[in-house]
Amino acid sequence: MIPFDYQRADHAEGAVAAVGDRSGATFLGGGTNLVDHLKLGITEPELLIDITRLPFDAIDPLPDGGVRIGATVRNSDLAAEAIIRQRYPVLSQALLSGASGQLRNLATTGGNLLQRTRCPYFQDVTTPCNKREPGSGCSALNGYTRNHAILGASEHCVATHPSDMAVALAALDATVQVTGPNGQRGIPVTDLHRLPGDEPHRDTVLEHGELITSVDLPELPRSTRSRYRKVRDRASYAFALVSVAAVLEIEGDTVREARIALGGVAHKPWRASTAEQALRGAPTTEESFRSAAEAEIAQAQPLADNEFKLPMARNTLTATLRDLAGKESR
Amino acid sequence: MDTRIDLRVDGEQRSLTVDTRTTLLDALRERLGVTSPKKGCDHGQCGSCTVLLDGRRATTCLALAVAHTGSEITTAAGLSDGDDLHPVARAFLDHDGLQCGYCTPGQICSAVGMLDEAKAGWPSLVTEHAEDSAALDESELDDEEIRERMSGNLCRCGAYTNIVTAIREASNGGNR
Repeated sequence: MIPFDYQRADHAEGAVAAVGDRSGATFLGGGTNLVDHLKLGITEPELLIDITRLPFDAIDPLPDGGVRIGATVRNSDLAAEAIIRQRYPVLSQALLSGASGQLRNLATTGGNLLQRTRCPYFQDVTTPCNKREPGSGCSALNGYTRNHAILGASEHCVATHPSDMAVALAALDATVQVTGPNGQRGIPVTDLHRLPGDEPHRDTVLEHGELITSVDLPELPRSTRSRYRKVRDRASYAFALVSVAAVLEIEGDTVREARIALGGVAHKPWRASTAEQALRGAPTTEESFRSAAEAEIAQAQPLADNEFKLPMARNTLTATLRDLAGKESR
Repeated sequence: MDTRIDLRVDGEQRSLTVDTRTTLLDALRERLGVTSPKKGCDHGQCGSCTVLLDGRRATTCLALAVAHTGSEITTAAGLSDGDDLHPVARAFLDHDGLQCGYCTPGQICSAVGMLDEAKAGWPSLVTEHAEDSAALDESELDDEEIRERMSGNLCRCGAYTNIVTAIREASNGGNR
Protein backbone atom coordinates (compact mmCIF):
# COMPACT_ATOMS: atom_id res chain seq x y z
CA MET A 1 0.00 0.00 0.00
CA ILE A 2 1.46 3.35 -0.98
CA PRO A 3 1.22 6.16 1.59
CA PHE A 4 -1.81 8.42 1.30
CA ASP A 5 -3.18 11.57 2.87
CA TYR A 6 -6.45 11.49 4.76
CA GLN A 7 -8.90 14.33 5.27
CA ARG A 8 -12.29 14.34 6.88
CA ALA A 9 -14.80 16.39 4.89
CA ASP A 10 -17.17 18.64 6.81
CA HIS A 11 -19.22 19.83 3.84
CA ALA A 12 -20.07 18.37 0.44
CA GLU A 13 -18.67 21.26 -1.62
CA GLY A 14 -15.29 20.92 0.06
CA ALA A 15 -15.28 17.16 -0.48
CA VAL A 16 -16.11 17.56 -4.18
CA ALA A 17 -13.44 20.22 -4.65
CA ALA A 18 -10.81 18.19 -2.80
CA VAL A 19 -11.36 15.10 -4.95
CA GLY A 20 -12.07 17.01 -8.18
CA ASP A 21 -8.80 18.89 -7.96
CA ARG A 22 -6.60 15.81 -7.68
CA SER A 23 -6.72 12.84 -10.03
CA GLY A 24 -5.28 10.62 -7.29
CA ALA A 25 -7.97 11.49 -4.77
CA THR A 26 -11.04 9.45 -3.93
CA PHE A 27 -13.95 9.44 -1.50
CA LEU A 28 -13.94 7.13 1.52
CA GLY A 29 -17.26 5.83 2.84
CA GLY A 30 -17.54 2.84 5.15
CA GLY A 31 -14.38 1.47 3.54
CA THR A 32 -15.47 -2.15 3.43
CA ASN A 33 -14.52 -2.43 -0.25
CA LEU A 34 -11.99 0.39 -0.68
CA VAL A 35 -9.75 -0.61 2.25
CA ASP A 36 -9.72 -4.16 0.93
CA HIS A 37 -8.58 -2.80 -2.43
CA LEU A 38 -5.84 -0.76 -0.78
CA LYS A 39 -4.55 -3.93 0.84
CA LEU A 40 -4.73 -5.90 -2.39
CA GLY A 41 -3.01 -3.14 -4.39
CA ILE A 42 -5.97 -2.81 -6.76
CA THR A 43 -6.09 0.94 -6.27
CA GLU A 44 -3.45 3.40 -5.10
CA PRO A 45 -5.04 6.73 -4.20
CA GLU A 46 -2.82 9.50 -2.84
CA LEU A 47 -5.64 11.20 -0.93
CA LEU A 48 -8.75 9.86 0.81
CA ILE A 49 -11.60 12.27 1.54
CA ASP A 50 -13.69 10.73 4.30
CA ILE A 51 -17.32 11.66 3.65
CA THR A 52 -18.92 9.61 6.44
CA ARG A 53 -19.51 12.67 8.67
CA LEU A 54 -21.34 14.64 5.98
CA PRO A 55 -25.00 15.37 6.78
CA PHE A 56 -26.31 12.67 4.46
CA ASP A 57 -27.25 10.13 7.12
CA ALA A 58 -31.04 10.52 7.18
CA ILE A 59 -33.96 8.68 5.57
CA ASP A 60 -36.66 11.25 4.80
CA PRO A 61 -40.08 11.16 3.14
CA LEU A 62 -40.20 13.29 -0.03
CA PRO A 63 -43.09 15.67 -0.80
CA ASP A 64 -44.00 13.59 -3.89
CA GLY A 65 -44.60 10.50 -1.77
CA GLY A 66 -41.20 8.95 -2.29
CA VAL A 67 -38.31 8.51 0.12
CA ARG A 68 -34.83 10.07 0.13
CA ILE A 69 -32.02 7.89 1.45
CA GLY A 70 -28.89 9.81 2.40
CA ALA A 71 -25.67 8.51 0.87
CA THR A 72 -24.01 7.84 4.22
CA VAL A 73 -26.93 5.89 5.71
CA ARG A 74 -25.59 2.56 6.91
CA ASN A 75 -26.88 -0.56 5.19
CA SER A 76 -28.06 -1.98 8.53
CA ASP A 77 -30.04 1.17 9.40
CA LEU A 78 -31.64 1.27 5.98
CA ALA A 79 -32.68 -2.39 6.09
CA ALA A 80 -34.28 -1.89 9.52
CA GLU A 81 -36.09 1.38 8.74
CA ALA A 82 -39.84 0.89 9.12
CA ILE A 83 -40.79 2.88 6.01
CA ILE A 84 -38.43 0.75 3.89
CA ARG A 85 -39.65 -2.55 5.36
CA GLN A 86 -43.27 -1.59 4.88
CA ARG A 87 -43.21 0.18 1.52
CA TYR A 88 -40.13 -1.23 -0.20
CA PRO A 89 -39.63 -4.74 1.23
CA VAL A 90 -37.57 -5.71 -1.84
CA LEU A 91 -34.92 -3.19 -0.74
CA SER A 92 -34.81 -4.33 2.87
CA GLN A 93 -34.53 -7.96 1.73
CA ALA A 94 -31.76 -7.14 -0.74
CA LEU A 95 -29.76 -5.31 1.92
CA LEU A 96 -30.19 -8.15 4.40
CA SER A 97 -29.04 -10.59 1.71
CA GLY A 98 -25.74 -8.78 1.39
CA ALA A 99 -22.55 -9.24 3.40
CA SER A 100 -22.82 -9.80 7.18
CA GLY A 101 -24.17 -7.94 10.19
CA GLN A 102 -20.76 -6.45 10.97
CA LEU A 103 -20.19 -5.23 7.42
CA ARG A 104 -23.70 -3.83 7.06
CA ASN A 105 -23.02 -1.72 10.16
CA LEU A 106 -20.10 -0.09 8.33
CA ALA A 107 -21.23 -0.03 4.69
CA THR A 108 -23.04 3.02 3.30
CA THR A 109 -25.70 3.50 0.63
CA GLY A 110 -23.39 5.43 -1.70
CA GLY A 111 -20.48 3.08 -1.14
CA ASN A 112 -22.60 0.01 -1.74
CA LEU A 113 -23.54 1.32 -5.20
CA LEU A 114 -19.89 1.98 -6.03
CA GLN A 115 -18.45 -1.32 -4.82
CA ARG A 116 -16.49 -3.13 -7.48
CA THR A 117 -16.68 -6.59 -8.94
CA ARG A 118 -15.49 -9.62 -6.98
CA CYS A 119 -14.12 -11.22 -10.18
CA PRO A 120 -11.09 -13.12 -8.82
CA TYR A 121 -8.92 -11.98 -11.73
CA PHE A 122 -9.76 -8.33 -11.00
CA GLN A 123 -8.78 -8.91 -7.38
CA ASP A 124 -5.51 -10.68 -8.22
CA VAL A 125 -3.02 -8.02 -9.32
CA THR A 126 -0.68 -10.66 -10.76
CA THR A 127 -3.14 -11.43 -13.56
CA PRO A 128 -4.13 -9.31 -16.58
CA CYS A 129 -7.48 -7.55 -16.21
CA ASN A 130 -8.95 -4.85 -18.45
CA LYS A 131 -11.01 -3.48 -15.61
CA ARG A 132 -8.02 -3.02 -13.31
CA GLU A 133 -5.47 -2.18 -15.98
CA PRO A 134 -7.03 -1.07 -19.28
CA GLY A 135 -5.67 -2.90 -22.32
CA SER A 136 -3.96 -5.68 -20.36
CA GLY A 137 -6.48 -8.37 -21.39
CA CYS A 138 -9.11 -10.45 -19.66
CA SER A 139 -7.94 -13.46 -17.67
CA ALA A 140 -11.48 -14.61 -16.98
CA LEU A 141 -12.26 -15.28 -20.65
CA ASN A 142 -9.91 -18.25 -20.72
CA GLY A 143 -10.15 -18.86 -17.00
CA TYR A 144 -12.76 -20.17 -14.61
CA THR A 145 -16.03 -18.44 -15.43
CA ARG A 146 -18.52 -20.01 -13.06
CA ASN A 147 -19.37 -16.69 -11.38
CA HIS A 148 -19.27 -14.51 -14.47
CA ALA A 149 -21.79 -12.74 -16.68
CA ILE A 150 -24.34 -14.29 -19.03
CA LEU A 151 -25.87 -11.01 -20.21
CA GLY A 152 -24.39 -7.83 -21.65
CA ALA A 153 -20.73 -8.87 -21.42
CA SER A 154 -18.07 -8.02 -23.99
CA GLU A 155 -14.85 -9.59 -25.22
CA HIS A 156 -13.06 -7.17 -22.89
CA CYS A 157 -14.79 -8.07 -19.63
CA VAL A 158 -17.21 -10.68 -18.30
CA ALA A 159 -17.31 -9.53 -14.67
CA THR A 160 -20.56 -9.16 -12.73
CA HIS A 161 -21.66 -6.34 -10.46
CA PRO A 162 -21.78 -7.60 -6.85
CA SER A 163 -24.33 -5.35 -5.12
CA ASP A 164 -27.66 -6.80 -3.99
CA MET A 165 -28.96 -3.37 -2.99
CA ALA A 166 -28.36 -1.96 -6.46
CA VAL A 167 -30.49 -4.70 -8.02
CA ALA A 168 -33.43 -3.77 -5.81
CA LEU A 169 -32.90 -0.06 -6.54
CA ALA A 170 -32.85 -0.78 -10.27
CA ALA A 171 -36.22 -2.54 -10.01
CA LEU A 172 -37.60 0.32 -7.91
CA ASP A 173 -36.68 2.97 -10.51
CA ALA A 174 -34.61 4.81 -7.91
CA THR A 175 -32.66 7.95 -8.81
CA VAL A 176 -29.15 8.70 -7.62
CA GLN A 177 -28.53 12.36 -6.75
CA VAL A 178 -24.95 13.48 -7.23
CA THR A 179 -23.05 16.71 -6.79
CA GLY A 180 -19.84 17.35 -8.64
CA PRO A 181 -17.47 19.95 -10.05
CA ASN A 182 -20.11 20.81 -12.67
CA GLY A 183 -23.06 20.99 -10.29
CA GLN A 184 -25.83 18.62 -9.32
CA ARG A 185 -27.65 16.02 -11.37
CA GLY A 186 -29.96 13.06 -10.93
CA ILE A 187 -29.12 9.74 -12.56
CA PRO A 188 -31.59 6.84 -12.74
CA VAL A 189 -29.95 3.88 -10.97
CA THR A 190 -30.51 1.85 -14.13
CA ASP A 191 -28.20 4.29 -15.96
CA LEU A 192 -25.57 4.63 -13.21
CA HIS A 193 -23.67 1.43 -13.93
CA ARG A 194 -22.25 0.66 -17.38
CA LEU A 195 -21.99 -2.43 -19.48
CA PRO A 196 -18.30 -3.18 -20.10
CA GLY A 197 -18.03 -2.54 -23.85
CA ASP A 198 -14.42 -1.63 -24.58
CA GLU A 199 -14.04 0.44 -21.38
CA PRO A 200 -14.65 -2.02 -18.56
CA HIS A 201 -12.48 0.05 -16.19
CA ARG A 202 -15.34 2.56 -16.02
CA ASP A 203 -17.90 0.97 -13.71
CA THR A 204 -20.30 3.92 -13.71
CA VAL A 205 -21.16 7.10 -15.60
CA LEU A 206 -19.91 9.24 -12.71
CA GLU A 207 -17.19 11.76 -13.55
CA HIS A 208 -14.15 12.15 -11.31
CA GLY A 209 -15.13 14.19 -8.26
CA GLU A 210 -18.85 13.47 -8.48
CA LEU A 211 -20.22 12.56 -5.06
CA ILE A 212 -23.42 10.60 -4.46
CA THR A 213 -25.49 12.57 -1.94
CA SER A 214 -28.70 10.54 -1.86
CA VAL A 215 -30.78 7.83 -3.49
CA ASP A 216 -34.41 8.77 -4.09
CA LEU A 217 -37.16 6.16 -4.22
CA PRO A 218 -40.36 6.98 -6.11
CA GLU A 219 -43.72 6.46 -4.48
CA LEU A 220 -45.21 3.07 -5.35
CA PRO A 221 -48.93 2.45 -5.84
CA ARG A 222 -50.45 0.77 -2.81
CA SER A 223 -51.24 -2.31 -4.87
CA THR A 224 -47.54 -2.95 -5.41
CA ARG A 225 -45.88 -6.04 -4.03
CA SER A 226 -42.16 -6.69 -4.17
CA ARG A 227 -39.58 -9.29 -3.33
CA TYR A 228 -35.85 -10.00 -3.54
CA ARG A 229 -34.73 -13.56 -4.02
CA LYS A 230 -31.08 -14.57 -4.06
CA VAL A 231 -29.45 -17.86 -5.02
CA ARG A 232 -25.93 -18.55 -3.78
CA ASP A 233 -23.53 -21.33 -2.88
CA ARG A 234 -24.31 -21.22 0.84
CA ALA A 235 -27.34 -20.15 2.86
CA SER A 236 -25.91 -16.79 3.87
CA TYR A 237 -22.97 -14.41 3.48
CA ALA A 238 -22.06 -15.07 -0.15
CA PHE A 239 -22.43 -13.17 -3.40
CA ALA A 240 -25.29 -14.03 -5.73
CA LEU A 241 -24.98 -16.60 -8.44
CA VAL A 242 -28.31 -15.22 -9.59
CA SER A 243 -30.71 -12.85 -7.87
CA VAL A 244 -34.09 -11.38 -8.74
CA ALA A 245 -35.70 -8.14 -7.58
CA ALA A 246 -39.32 -8.03 -8.69
CA VAL A 247 -41.87 -5.26 -8.19
CA LEU A 248 -45.36 -6.15 -9.37
CA GLU A 249 -48.75 -4.47 -9.54
CA ILE A 250 -51.45 -7.07 -9.84
CA GLU A 251 -55.12 -6.35 -10.55
CA GLY A 252 -57.36 -9.34 -10.10
CA ASP A 253 -55.69 -12.11 -12.08
CA THR A 254 -53.72 -9.78 -14.33
CA VAL A 255 -50.26 -8.22 -14.09
CA ARG A 256 -50.75 -4.49 -14.46
CA GLU A 257 -47.10 -3.43 -14.16
CA ALA A 258 -43.86 -5.31 -13.68
CA ARG A 259 -40.43 -3.98 -12.83
CA ILE A 260 -37.72 -6.59 -12.61
CA ALA A 261 -33.95 -6.55 -12.22
CA LEU A 262 -31.51 -9.46 -12.11
CA GLY A 263 -28.25 -9.65 -10.15
CA GLY A 264 -25.21 -11.86 -10.56
CA VAL A 265 -25.71 -12.08 -14.31
CA ALA A 266 -24.25 -8.90 -15.80
CA HIS A 267 -21.75 -6.07 -15.41
CA LYS A 268 -24.59 -3.98 -13.94
CA PRO A 269 -27.95 -4.66 -12.29
CA TRP A 270 -29.78 -6.12 -15.29
CA ARG A 271 -33.17 -4.56 -15.90
CA ALA A 272 -35.25 -7.37 -17.38
CA SER A 273 -37.23 -5.22 -19.82
CA THR A 274 -38.08 -8.12 -22.14
CA ALA A 275 -39.71 -10.03 -19.30
CA GLU A 276 -41.44 -6.86 -18.07
CA GLN A 277 -42.96 -6.28 -21.48
CA ALA A 278 -44.14 -9.87 -21.70
CA LEU A 279 -45.77 -9.59 -18.28
CA ARG A 280 -47.72 -6.36 -18.73
CA GLY A 281 -51.36 -7.37 -19.10
CA ALA A 282 -50.52 -11.07 -18.79
CA PRO A 283 -52.48 -13.43 -16.54
CA THR A 284 -50.88 -14.31 -13.19
CA THR A 285 -50.27 -17.90 -14.19
CA GLU A 286 -47.23 -20.13 -13.97
CA GLU A 287 -47.22 -20.32 -17.79
CA SER A 288 -47.04 -16.58 -18.36
CA PHE A 289 -44.39 -16.14 -15.65
CA ARG A 290 -42.29 -18.92 -17.16
CA SER A 291 -42.62 -17.63 -20.67
CA ALA A 292 -41.64 -14.09 -19.59
CA ALA A 293 -38.57 -15.49 -17.84
CA GLU A 294 -37.70 -17.56 -20.90
CA ALA A 295 -37.99 -14.54 -23.16
CA GLU A 296 -35.54 -12.62 -20.98
CA ILE A 297 -32.99 -15.39 -20.67
CA ALA A 298 -33.19 -16.20 -24.41
CA GLN A 299 -30.71 -13.32 -24.92
CA ALA A 300 -28.15 -14.80 -22.55
CA GLN A 301 -24.76 -15.99 -23.75
CA PRO A 302 -23.20 -18.32 -21.21
CA LEU A 303 -19.47 -18.86 -20.80
CA ALA A 304 -17.67 -22.19 -20.47
CA ASP A 305 -18.46 -22.73 -16.78
CA ASN A 306 -21.72 -20.90 -16.17
CA GLU A 307 -24.34 -22.43 -18.42
CA PHE A 308 -26.10 -23.46 -15.20
CA LYS A 309 -27.03 -19.81 -14.66
CA LEU A 310 -29.53 -19.94 -17.53
CA PRO A 311 -32.01 -22.37 -15.97
CA MET A 312 -31.16 -20.91 -12.56
CA ALA A 313 -32.11 -17.39 -13.68
CA ARG A 314 -35.23 -18.64 -15.48
CA ASN A 315 -36.40 -20.66 -12.51
CA THR A 316 -35.57 -18.03 -9.90
CA LEU A 317 -37.42 -15.35 -11.84
CA THR A 318 -40.43 -17.63 -12.38
CA ALA A 319 -40.52 -18.63 -8.71
CA THR A 320 -40.23 -15.03 -7.53
CA LEU A 321 -43.14 -13.95 -9.72
CA ARG A 322 -45.21 -16.93 -8.55
CA ASP A 323 -44.47 -16.03 -4.90
CA LEU A 324 -45.53 -12.45 -5.47
CA ALA A 325 -48.75 -13.42 -7.27
CA GLY A 326 -49.76 -15.44 -4.22
CA LYS A 327 -48.97 -12.65 -1.76
CA GLU A 328 -50.85 -9.73 -0.31
CA SER A 329 -49.94 -6.26 -1.55
CA ARG A 330 -46.59 -4.91 -0.32
CA MET B 1 1.45 10.10 6.67
CA ASP B 2 1.32 10.15 10.48
CA THR B 3 -1.80 11.31 12.28
CA ARG B 4 -2.66 11.61 15.95
CA ILE B 5 -5.83 9.75 16.96
CA ASP B 6 -7.76 9.14 20.17
CA LEU B 7 -9.67 5.98 20.97
CA ARG B 8 -11.53 4.83 24.03
CA VAL B 9 -10.76 1.12 24.33
CA ASP B 10 -12.49 -1.04 26.93
CA GLY B 11 -13.14 2.03 29.02
CA GLU B 12 -9.63 3.43 28.81
CA GLN B 13 -8.68 6.58 26.92
CA ARG B 14 -5.80 5.88 24.50
CA SER B 15 -3.93 8.28 22.22
CA LEU B 16 -1.47 7.28 19.55
CA THR B 17 0.10 8.39 16.30
CA VAL B 18 -0.68 6.16 13.35
CA ASP B 19 0.25 6.00 9.71
CA THR B 20 -2.96 6.64 7.72
CA ARG B 21 -2.68 3.11 6.31
CA THR B 22 -3.14 1.50 9.73
CA THR B 23 -6.36 -0.43 10.20
CA LEU B 24 -8.27 -0.24 13.43
CA LEU B 25 -7.37 -3.88 14.02
CA ASP B 26 -3.64 -3.26 13.65
CA ALA B 27 -3.84 -0.12 15.82
CA LEU B 28 -5.46 -2.19 18.58
CA ARG B 29 -3.24 -5.24 18.35
CA GLU B 30 0.13 -3.95 17.20
CA ARG B 31 0.15 -0.47 18.69
CA LEU B 32 -1.97 -0.67 21.82
CA GLY B 33 -1.39 -4.31 22.78
CA VAL B 34 -5.12 -5.04 22.79
CA THR B 35 -5.03 -8.60 21.45
CA SER B 36 -8.57 -9.72 22.14
CA PRO B 37 -9.73 -9.08 18.55
CA LYS B 38 -7.96 -11.58 16.28
CA LYS B 39 -6.57 -11.17 12.81
CA GLY B 40 -8.00 -14.00 10.73
CA CYS B 41 -8.54 -13.36 7.01
CA ASP B 42 -7.79 -9.60 7.23
CA HIS B 43 -10.32 -9.03 4.41
CA GLY B 44 -13.63 -8.77 6.26
CA GLN B 45 -14.65 -12.33 5.53
CA CYS B 46 -14.18 -14.24 8.78
CA GLY B 47 -15.37 -11.95 11.60
CA SER B 48 -12.61 -12.82 14.09
CA CYS B 49 -11.64 -9.12 14.40
CA THR B 50 -15.17 -8.08 15.42
CA VAL B 51 -15.51 -5.51 18.22
CA LEU B 52 -18.29 -3.21 19.35
CA LEU B 53 -17.52 0.09 17.62
CA ASP B 54 -19.56 2.90 19.17
CA GLY B 55 -21.91 0.20 20.40
CA ARG B 56 -22.33 -1.70 17.15
CA ARG B 57 -20.57 -4.82 16.02
CA ALA B 58 -18.06 -4.17 13.27
CA THR B 59 -15.07 -5.84 11.66
CA THR B 60 -11.95 -3.82 12.40
CA CYS B 61 -9.72 -5.15 9.62
CA LEU B 62 -11.45 -3.04 6.94
CA ALA B 63 -11.76 0.09 9.06
CA LEU B 64 -8.99 2.67 8.90
CA ALA B 65 -7.95 3.76 12.39
CA VAL B 66 -7.66 7.38 11.28
CA ALA B 67 -11.31 7.38 10.20
CA HIS B 68 -12.45 6.30 13.65
CA THR B 69 -10.70 8.73 15.95
CA GLY B 70 -12.95 9.59 18.90
CA SER B 71 -14.63 6.18 18.77
CA GLU B 72 -15.51 3.97 21.69
CA ILE B 73 -14.36 0.38 21.25
CA THR B 74 -15.34 -2.60 23.36
CA THR B 75 -13.52 -5.87 22.79
CA ALA B 76 -14.55 -9.28 24.10
CA ALA B 77 -12.06 -8.81 26.96
CA GLY B 78 -13.70 -5.50 27.87
CA LEU B 79 -17.17 -7.03 28.03
CA SER B 80 -16.29 -8.92 31.18
CA ASP B 81 -15.73 -7.35 34.55
CA GLY B 82 -12.51 -9.01 35.67
CA ASP B 83 -13.28 -12.66 36.37
CA ASP B 84 -16.98 -11.92 36.20
CA LEU B 85 -17.78 -12.98 32.65
CA HIS B 86 -20.35 -11.35 30.41
CA PRO B 87 -23.45 -13.60 30.16
CA VAL B 88 -22.67 -14.38 26.50
CA ALA B 89 -19.08 -15.35 27.33
CA ARG B 90 -20.35 -17.44 30.26
CA ALA B 91 -22.81 -19.22 27.94
CA PHE B 92 -20.00 -19.99 25.47
CA LEU B 93 -18.05 -21.63 28.33
CA ASP B 94 -21.06 -23.49 29.71
CA HIS B 95 -21.92 -24.95 26.32
CA ASP B 96 -18.38 -25.49 25.07
CA GLY B 97 -18.93 -23.05 22.21
CA LEU B 98 -15.24 -22.86 21.44
CA GLN B 99 -12.61 -25.31 20.34
CA CYS B 100 -9.28 -23.69 19.47
CA GLY B 101 -10.77 -20.40 20.69
CA TYR B 102 -9.23 -18.21 17.99
CA CYS B 103 -12.55 -16.95 16.60
CA THR B 104 -14.19 -16.76 20.04
CA PRO B 105 -13.61 -13.06 20.90
CA GLY B 106 -15.12 -12.09 17.55
CA GLN B 107 -18.00 -14.53 17.99
CA ILE B 108 -18.77 -13.14 21.44
CA CYS B 109 -18.65 -9.48 20.35
CA SER B 110 -20.75 -10.32 17.33
CA ALA B 111 -23.30 -12.20 19.47
CA VAL B 112 -23.55 -9.31 21.95
CA GLY B 113 -24.04 -6.81 19.11
CA MET B 114 -26.47 -9.11 17.35
CA LEU B 115 -28.65 -9.56 20.46
CA ASP B 116 -28.83 -5.77 20.81
CA GLU B 117 -29.84 -5.48 17.16
CA ALA B 118 -32.58 -8.08 17.63
CA LYS B 119 -33.74 -6.32 20.78
CA ALA B 120 -34.04 -3.09 18.79
CA GLY B 121 -36.31 -4.94 16.34
CA TRP B 122 -33.81 -5.12 13.49
CA PRO B 123 -34.80 -7.74 10.94
CA SER B 124 -32.65 -10.42 9.38
CA LEU B 125 -33.27 -12.09 6.05
CA VAL B 126 -35.05 -14.85 7.98
CA THR B 127 -37.40 -12.38 9.67
CA GLU B 128 -37.97 -10.45 6.49
CA HIS B 129 -39.04 -13.52 4.57
CA ALA B 130 -41.23 -14.89 7.35
CA GLU B 131 -44.96 -14.83 6.67
CA ASP B 132 -45.55 -12.57 9.66
CA SER B 133 -42.60 -10.25 9.94
CA ALA B 134 -44.21 -8.17 12.67
CA ALA B 135 -42.27 -6.99 15.68
CA LEU B 136 -39.58 -9.45 16.61
CA ASP B 137 -39.33 -10.56 20.19
CA GLU B 138 -35.68 -10.85 21.09
CA SER B 139 -36.35 -13.72 23.48
CA GLU B 140 -37.73 -15.75 20.58
CA LEU B 141 -34.64 -15.87 18.37
CA ASP B 142 -34.75 -19.37 16.97
CA ASP B 143 -31.78 -21.30 15.65
CA GLU B 144 -32.44 -20.23 12.07
CA GLU B 145 -32.36 -16.56 13.09
CA ILE B 146 -29.20 -17.05 15.17
CA ARG B 147 -27.43 -18.80 12.30
CA GLU B 148 -28.39 -16.12 9.77
CA ARG B 149 -27.47 -13.26 12.08
CA MET B 150 -24.15 -14.85 13.07
CA SER B 151 -23.16 -15.83 9.52
CA GLY B 152 -20.44 -13.16 9.42
CA ASN B 153 -18.38 -15.16 11.93
CA LEU B 154 -16.66 -18.26 10.63
CA CYS B 155 -15.27 -21.00 12.87
CA ARG B 156 -12.84 -23.38 11.23
CA CYS B 157 -13.20 -25.87 14.08
CA GLY B 158 -16.90 -26.06 13.27
CA ALA B 159 -18.08 -25.35 16.82
CA TYR B 160 -21.26 -23.85 15.42
CA THR B 161 -23.72 -26.21 17.09
CA ASN B 162 -22.59 -25.24 20.56
CA ILE B 163 -22.23 -21.58 19.63
CA VAL B 164 -25.88 -21.56 18.55
CA THR B 165 -26.89 -23.23 21.82
CA ALA B 166 -24.87 -20.71 23.83
CA ILE B 167 -26.39 -17.74 22.05
CA ARG B 168 -29.90 -19.15 22.29
CA GLU B 169 -29.46 -19.47 26.04
CA ALA B 170 -27.94 -16.00 26.36
CA SER B 171 -30.83 -14.52 24.35
CA ASN B 172 -33.30 -16.15 26.71
CA GLY B 173 -32.02 -14.22 29.68
CA GLY B 174 -28.35 -14.98 30.17
CA ASN B 175 -26.92 -16.91 33.10
CA ARG B 176 -28.94 -19.98 33.79
